[in-house]
Amino acid sequence: MSTRIASHGRLIDRNTTVSFTFNGKSFIGHAGDTLASALMANDQMMIGRSFKYHRPRGLVASGAEEPNALVGLGTGSRFEPNQRATTTELFDGLSARSQNHWPSLEHDIGAINSLFARFLPAGFYYKTFMYPRSFWKSVYEPFIRQSAGLGQVPTERDADTYEHFYAFTDVLVIGGGVAGLQAALTAGRAGAKVLLMEQSAHWGGRAPVDGGTIDGAPVEEFVEQAVSELEAMPNVTLRNRCMGAGIYDHGYALGYERLTDHGPAQPGPRHRLWRIRAKQIVTATGAIERPLAFAGNDVPGVMLASAMRDYVVNYGVTPGQRVIVATNNDDAYRTAITLHEAGVQVLRILDARNSGGGPLMSVARELGIRIDCGRAIGKVKGGKRVTGVSVCAQEGQGGALEDVACDAVAMSGGWSPVVHLWSHCGGKLTWDDAHAMFRPDPQRPPTGADGLGYVTAAGAANGALALDAVLEDATVAASAAARAAGFKSKSVAPPQGAASPEAPLEPVWLMPRQAETPLRMKSWLDYQNDVKVSDVQLAAREGYESVEHTKRYTTLGMATDQGKLSNINGLATLADALQAEIPQVGTTTFRPPYTPISMGAIAGEARGEVFQPIRKTPMHDWHEAHGAEWEPVGHWRRPYAYRRPGESTHDAVMREVKNTREAVGMLDASTLGKILVKGPDAGRFLDMMYTNMMSTLKPGKCRYGLMCSENGFLIDDGVVARIDDDTWLCHTTTGGADRIHAHMEEWLQTEWWDWQVYTANLTEQYAQIAVVGPMARTVLETLGGMDLSKESLGFMEWRDGALGGIPVRVYRISFSGELSYEIAVPASLGQALWDKIADVGAAYRIMPYGTECLHILRAEKGFIMIGDETDGTVIPQDLGLHWAISKKKEDFLGKRAQERSHMTDPDRWKLVGLETTDGSTLPDGAYAVAEGVNPNGQRNVQGRVTSTYHSPTLGRGIAMGLVLHGPDRMGELLEFPGTDGKTYTAKITDPVFYDKDGEKQNV
Amino acid sequence: MSEPISALKMAGFDGLARVEDCGLQGMITLRGDLSARAVKSAVTAATGLTGPKQPGPLQIVSGKSGSAAWMSPDEMLLLCPYGETGSVLAAMQEKLAKVHALAVDVSDARVQLQVAGPSAREVMAKLCPLDLSPENFQPGTIRRTRMAQIPAALWMVDEATFRVICFRSVADYAFNLLKTAAHPESGVGYF
Repeated sequence: MSTRIASHGRLIDRNTTVSFTFNGKSFIGHAGDTLASALMANDQMMIGRSFKYHRPRGLVASGAEEPNALVGLGTGSRFEPNQRATTTELFDGLSARSQNHWPSLEHDIGAINSLFARFLPAGFYYKTFMYPRSFWKSVYEPFIRQSAGLGQVPTERDADTYEHFYAFTDVLVIGGGVAGLQAALTAGRAGAKVLLMEQSAHWGGRAPVDGGTIDGAPVEEFVEQAVSELEAMPNVTLRNRCMGAGIYDHGYALGYERLTDHGPAQPGPRHRLWRIRAKQIVTATGAIERPLAFAGNDVPGVMLASAMRDYVVNYGVTPGQRVIVATNNDDAYRTAITLHEAGVQVLRILDARNSGGGPLMSVARELGIRIDCGRAIGKVKGGKRVTGVSVCAQEGQGGALEDVACDAVAMSGGWSPVVHLWSHCGGKLTWDDAHAMFRPDPQRPPTGADGLGYVTAAGAANGALALDAVLEDATVAASAAARAAGFKSKSVAPPQGAASPEAPLEPVWLMPRQAETPLRMKSWLDYQNDVKVSDVQLAAREGYESVEHTKRYTTLGMATDQGKLSNINGLATLADALQAEIPQVGTTTFRPPYTPISMGAIAGEARGEVFQPIRKTPMHDWHEAHGAEWEPVGHWRRPYAYRRPGESTHDAVMREVKNTREAVGMLDASTLGKILVKGPDAGRFLDMMYTNMMSTLKPGKCRYGLMCSENGFLIDDGVVARIDDDTWLCHTTTGGADRIHAHMEEWLQTEWWDWQVYTANLTEQYAQIAVVGPMARTVLETLGGMDLSKESLGFMEWRDGALGGIPVRVYRISFSGELSYEIAVPASLGQALWDKIADVGAAYRIMPYGTECLHILRAEKGFIMIGDETDGTVIPQDLGLHWAISKKKEDFLGKRAQERSHMTDPDRWKLVGLETTDGSTLPDGAYAVAEGVNPNGQRNVQGRVTSTYHSPTLGRGIAMGLVLHGPDRMGELLEFPGTDGKTYTAKITDPVFYDKDGEKQNV
Repeated sequence: MSEPISALKMAGFDGLARVEDCGLQGMITLRGDLSARAVKSAVTAATGLTGPKQPGPLQIVSGKSGSAAWMSPDEMLLLCPYGETGSVLAAMQEKLAKVHALAVDVSDARVQLQVAGPSAREVMAKLCPLDLSPENFQPGTIRRTRMAQIPAALWMVDEATFRVICFRSVADYAFNLLKTAAHPESGVGYF
């Protein structure tokens, strides 16, 4: 059984107990425990079930590389799935649930998959669910979806807050082990601004566990001194619980700081995403121990040797009482020695090397530990817990030499440098044959804008595994980084590390080397995705040679741990199967983040009221207070209609239309774009921008204009007012303001840079209020201050003046067919003018109206709307707007494109009005069908609806649409099948439904 | 006569820093050849800054009657009291009469916020991708940048006080952003 022991436990506080629950059961741990160490202390070795076969799984590792111990953490609004127990710091009241089982962890129906494991090899899904084709949608996909996914999705809104932080630094050091500390000291002493990040809560990494001395003192002393020296440096920032998540182009890096995960009751943001720009980055990310591939290496109780050592030294817990150690290197002897010192019985060290190890082996032997060289684990026995192992010869096929009862197995297949961050942005690797590992190739680092490297690996992450080499390497790496960042470091000899020398390891990719098929089918490579040696070998037999393809076929390394434990073993297995060298097979691609980061951290502050900027006009609050239903238009919110008590939205719209046609309405038109264009060449410029002539417009006058892209398509429209000799004010659509301003600037800056024109986007400088309807003039005259008579301010003219004491510019323009004024006023006075108009207008039945009413008013008049009648494929000629296209101008944007054969094709669909024969309203976007079917078997079409409304003015449905040869087919009937199953019949008409002669607006 | 009102109606919030609406501010966008004599005298007319004292790239300088901020190689932003915008603009137009330039009132298109307190740099660094460390960013520097999802311009008036200008329509968003970033429990401790 696993238990807490009386000795060791350097990270825990035995005087403070912490209570927590796992699957509803209460447990006690200590302050300083991780969830993993506390579970182990309570003899809870089985923590989850595997993804595919639902096999019982326990802790394998002690840190970020853990593949098995994923739990659902927290409850309700703080529930999060797939949290690693090994990196979860224990706190009082923690609640965790195991995953991937039903009905319970101990009794799981899905484990039946395990019995059929031989029928579920790599590529099973691809091979099985191909035929019959019709089964995919109704049978296979629902079944796979049901069983797919690890963990549960939270059902409540996240209660926590998150934020970003932008940091700039000379040298970013990732990893706070002895290498990272030494690197930070070196760069910091050189005067560089340093940011040092460590993913765990503790400095020093695993060196304090592994032992040895630095400058003659225990490693922990060096760590303490280094941290206090760094803390005293004003140019150094230290952050623990902050993981280097990713390295990107040109020195951009992400840090993932977990602020309150270890104490959710604490106030403040839960996670902070550091968005870092560093001149140089040192990755001191350490190394990860590799498992050994032997049968039953996934049974709870089989652990990495280094992890077992961590649990004893750091937390005072041991995974078993009788342990067997299997290794191909000297480092695992440290585990045996540590366990022995902690009072745990070490039954055997099975050293796969015939010649055994170096001085550490002698130490172990002197302690009385039995060491069998050339031996291997043939098979681990036990289901939910290790009960014993069969020992065999490493060079054999697995024939048992003896069976030994035990309750835990420590395994070590050697170490792999954590090269992830080095590789994220293109750093290349080299194969180190002596240590059987990939390490960063210093000749091929990730390169920055200057073509030079900006990442340096240091210490174990660079393949320097021994303590003295770690310190030496970190010093060299940080000096180089500081120098590259512009700081000279004094050459100070690095502190002297001393640790037991080690004999070379012997690569072991399968244990025993000639293991027979039944054993290989139980030898796990990827624990999380249930990939075994036999799966990779099968992939190789089926022709998969590329490691990237094999990864996807077998799912090796595709789980949330991204193959931290499985990657090297998997590709070595593939290399062996292909009879190729490991470096020729290569690695898969390392991608950020190093371990999964929360969605909240990525979103940062962007939630709730600051999820997205909402643009508000100066009268926004008034609209809100008067029943506005909002319509998003770009980031703006515009009132769709103002609902009165008891009214439906439709009723409100109908009322607004009728009132505006019969009396007077007011519209907040502030969102319309307003771009000032000024300069000696402004007229010439606008003649290029618009299809019609703007240079001939007289000051004081307005003209409606169309803008096309250089491909001829209509992109915007609006009224242009000439302010003075060299100044024009161009109104754009609401959504077009920023886009059209950018469009103008692009042409001015890239094509006509020698034209004397300046533009300014004044959209938000003015609130704009449209007063529309037969009583519009009366209302404004009552307000007083300007002569707005027909004689003094004609249609399509503007004047400056004051209304009700407020400075205004009044445009007499109409998008409704009514007598209409648009009044621009400085935004800070927008609400004041709105209030005055509403006040004075009350006597004339003035009512505010929204965008839907606006749409109906314009549709009744046959006015087009950008985005309804246009969709990026429509040219002005399609819409019968020939009158707004100058024939005199030599050129304008889109002119040449509109002369191309496809644009002049008489078969282009053209704008017409559509009137249903029964007065109903056509469905929006409906197609008019034609005879026959196309080659795809679809019904032929001959037109479509672009705008459709119920017109309260006319008491029936009206619509506009684009129809084949439409203008030549007046009076013809078209059929429009709706998605509601009905077919609508409509007559082709002129698009102007109301007041064709414009008598209403010319008063 | 109706009084103009700022978009945020003088809202304020106390947290890691004090966030507040600065109220109405006269602002004039000037586009032109910034090295031209007439353009320089227009800036002088607006701010009292003589030619050599006018801001270079990424600078903001205050004169007797107003401030001038460099916005781009052919654009400057001039700050003056809100009520004087009209007269300042008129004085500038006089100087600019014979050259190609554009001077226009944008006071109402913007909102100005202040973020003040010892942690003001941190509050801003949560939202803007800028190096706001004291070594790099000091009073006298102005940057046009991004504040979370909106464009903004910011500068410091003293060691602990930022001014931020953004568009009027997103005033609420900008204020709420700064309020969120200035949450009293969210100190970073980086600067």
